[in-house]
Amino acid sequence: MKPFDVVILGAGIVGSACAYECALAGMRVAVVEPAVPAGAASAAGMGHLVVMDDSEAQLALSHFSRELWRELREALPQTVEYEECGTLWVAADAEEMEEVLAKQQRYANSGIASEMLDERALLEAEPGLRHGLAGGLRVPQDGVIYPPTAAGYFLSVAQQRGAQLIQGKRPVRAAEGEVVFEDGSRLSAGWIVIATGTDTSLCPWLKIQPRKGHLVITDRYPGVVRHQLVELGYLKSAHSVSTDSVAFNVQPRKTGQLLIGSSRQYGELKRKADPEMLRRMLDRAVEYMPSLKQLSVVRVWTGFRAATPDKLPLIGPTPDSTVLVAMGFEGLGITNAPGAAKLVLHHLTGAAVPMDPMAFLPSRVARAEAVHA
Amino acid sequence: MRDGTAVNAAMIGLIVNGEALQVRRGSTVAAALLNAATACRISESGEPRTAVCGMGVCFECRATVDGIAQQRTCQMECRDGMVVETQR
Amino acid sequence: MKHSFDIVVVGAGPAGLAAATAVAEAGRRVAVLDENPRVGGQIWRASLSKVARDRSKERAVARFEASGAKLFSGHQIVDGDAAGALESWVAATQSLETFSFERLILATGARERFLPFPGWTLPGVFGAGGLQALVRSGYDIRGKRVVVVGTGPLLLAVAAHLKQDGARVVLVAEQAPLSQLMQFGLSLITRPGKIVQGLSLRAQLANAQYRTGCWPVAALGDGTVTGVRLSDGSRTWTEACDLLACGFHLVPNTELATLLGCEVGDHGVVVDADQQTSVASVYCVGETTAIAGVDAALLQGRIAGLAAAGRASEARTLHMQRDAERSFGRRMDRAFALRKEMLTLAMPDTIVCRCEDVRFSQISQAAAPGNGWTNAKLQTRCGMGPCQGRICGPALNALFGWKNTSVRAPLFPLPIAALCSSPLATDDATTLVTQEN
Repeated sequence: MKPFDVVILGAGIVGSACAYECALAGMRVAVVEPAVPAGAASAAGMGHLVVMDDSEAQLALSHFSRELWRELREALPQTVEYEECGTLWVAADAEEMEEVLAKQQRYANSGIASEMLDERALLEAEPGLRHGLAGGLRVPQDGVIYPPTAAGYFLSVAQQRGAQLIQGKRPVRAAEGEVVFEDGSRLSAGWIVIATGTDTSLCPWLKIQPRKGHLVITDRYPGVVRHQLVELGYLKSAHSVSTDSVAFNVQPRKTGQLLIGSSRQYGELKRKADPEMLRRMLDRAVEYMPSLKQLSVVRVWTGFRAATPDKLPLIGPTPDSTVLVAMGFEGLGITNAPGAAKLVLHHLTGAAVPMDPMAFLPSRVARAEAVHA
Repeated sequence: MRDGTAVNAAMIGLIVNGEALQVRRGSTVAAALLNAATACRISESGEPRTAVCGMGVCFECRATVDGIAQQRTCQMECRDGMVVETQR
Repeated sequence: MKHSFDIVVVGAGPAGLAAATAVAEAGRRVAVLDENPRVGGQIWRASLSKVARDRSKERAVARFEASGAKLFSGHQIVDGDAAGALESWVAATQSLETFSFERLILATGARERFLPFPGWTLPGVFGAGGLQALVRSGYDIRGKRVVVVGTGPLLLAVAAHLKQDGARVVLVAEQAPLSQLMQFGLSLITRPGKIVQGLSLRAQLANAQYRTGCWPVAALGDGTVTGVRLSDGSRTWTEACDLLACGFHLVPNTELATLLGCEVGDHGVVVDADQQTSVASVYCVGETTAIAGVDAALLQGRIAGLAAAGRASEARTLHMQRDAERSFGRRMDRAFALRKEMLTLAMPDTIVCRCEDVRFSQISQAAAPGNGWTNAKLQTRCGMGPCQGRICGPALNALFGWKNTSVRAPLFPLPIAALCSSPLATDDATTLVTQEN
């Protein structure tokens, strides 16, 4: 008998959530992490739990996932810093207010609470915003977490259920129920789940591109910002496929610190922060919230989102019947991790999920040459 | 006095948490706060903190100076009429 | 604002001043950038209180001022590229300035090492050098009872200065055992000048006790320090005090060197005989290369200045003397090596990271095999505050052997405005103009 039912490659938020679900389902689980758990995109991201409505499938997955987070919150340790601060989508002008209306309709159709704000109500909700904005949409049940400790929680629950964390070993091959490591050692399992974020070395046929982002964190300024603030133009930024873009995106942390984003760049692989991109991003933030200017920046860093051509993650089986992937979450890996783990479990055990799993199958964007593999 | 201006050339007047305070010209704000036995900030678990390293490294001496929060007071010389607010 | 120089020196302490002086005297255009309002660095820090004249400082500063080197005070370096540019933040003008250079000399000095022990976060507990710096900048400690604890030659010097400034120094507690210090003392016979220095410090302390082989177990007090519990390994006792100054020797400030890609070893930035780092355009001098004191710093500064100005051969005569000072530093490191008890002072609930109030037990839980500081940072926030690990980092290095490998710009916190297009936005400018009218 194989020593593990499932081996999960990657202990980021997605791999950790998969380990959690599989261990709760009674499987014998191994998690492989060559570096530090939740040390890549999971550590670099904001930790915004948000329902995104840019496609039916995304709406279904992010709504489902956000509700899973809400169910978990009693169990999450304090260090996860879960806070249901809500998202406030900010509309700059009348055109964006029309989008607010459409957005509220889409949310309402899915049973998601949201509330339209006019200019006055917007400034009451967030006094730091500049005057002259058109209004906004408050989505009160969206929230914020600190992702590394959330991943740590998933891993520790899985470990309590017998899951094994294999750290410091780099897998170089994953096929036919066997993982081969750099040092030549092997591990066999019924299934392999690849959850290695932007690293597609084990599944090069996947069309995943790293998409660089910048983030800034400030010193502590409690109360300066109350909601996760996102400009409606964010969707334009997130959806532009070719050009570099920035959007106003500010998050209040439970610590009183502010996280300020966001930027998106393709074809840029250097870790170092790009002063020009940073300038554009912060100019945008200050344009919406002039009072940010005096706040002290404690750190600046970059990270890489795993972007797919159609903005949806790749979750499910591959041509190798023993190998599944859970990759390509772009900017929604933190939000979507619990839902993705349920989808993985669905593919492994047939457990029900409240959405169409077909929408996320990797085969939809696999390169033609992979067909021969 | 109340407006935080100096009484003589060797001294400087500032306002700390609404109270007038006289300090020697050339003093840093951190030193002024220590002389006034005033903590600079309250830590994450609620402890009062004062300057520790005296050289701009430890960030324990942060306070609001002239309306700007989170300034390292050990690196700032007092100016006449300066307004300092500490976390309380 | 953009500036261009042949050579840029970072740090206006003894090493940086000596380097800049040598460069300027060799006819090259040189700028010295320093974050403090005045020259001197930490050891030669200007003072509001009466201090004995320091002739070596006066000589060095006078020669520097006559040399033609240009001084930029109040410049905090926040970013840099070894290919030829540094960025500094100037708080006074709220502006970022750029300095381009052909060669760079780092003289970023050292800071005190802190080791966490119960009560060390109480108000009234200071770094030893920290307390001295605060006194020099106006903190009035007349009549206060001070206990100085920790390790290193700085303790005696600080105690002597605090006494001059009117404090009642009750006790200087040096953790190193007398036997270890005696060996150091014997090795000083080759450096008689330093023995005299030590003896005179000792004499100035007069009634204060200087005890070796004892260390702080806890700082006591409710809201402010009122005493310190000490141990010599066989017994513990309490000394009452109003202020507790603690320092566990020094650690080099290597952040800028790391950002520029220079190799950093266990003692500091790695340099060759000409003080050149692993990055050809960058030299490094003084405590940043290894803790060795002011005499080593002056020599290294001069050697690097000449080398960077293309006159390395003229500095060759100084190499032997410099090497002797360096080995003095190494002997000092051995003499003041931490005893193992210093690494077990923290209790489970002792705060290690003061910025984020992360306690020892949280960190030791995250310290599983294979997990370094990165994991502890992610899971506990230890080292993620505004000091960017400058205080807890050296402690974690001593306690767990962890190294801080992630150094990123900005090296120090700075306002968001500094990273935007127009630091002083038009609305602020308008307000200022209106007020003047």
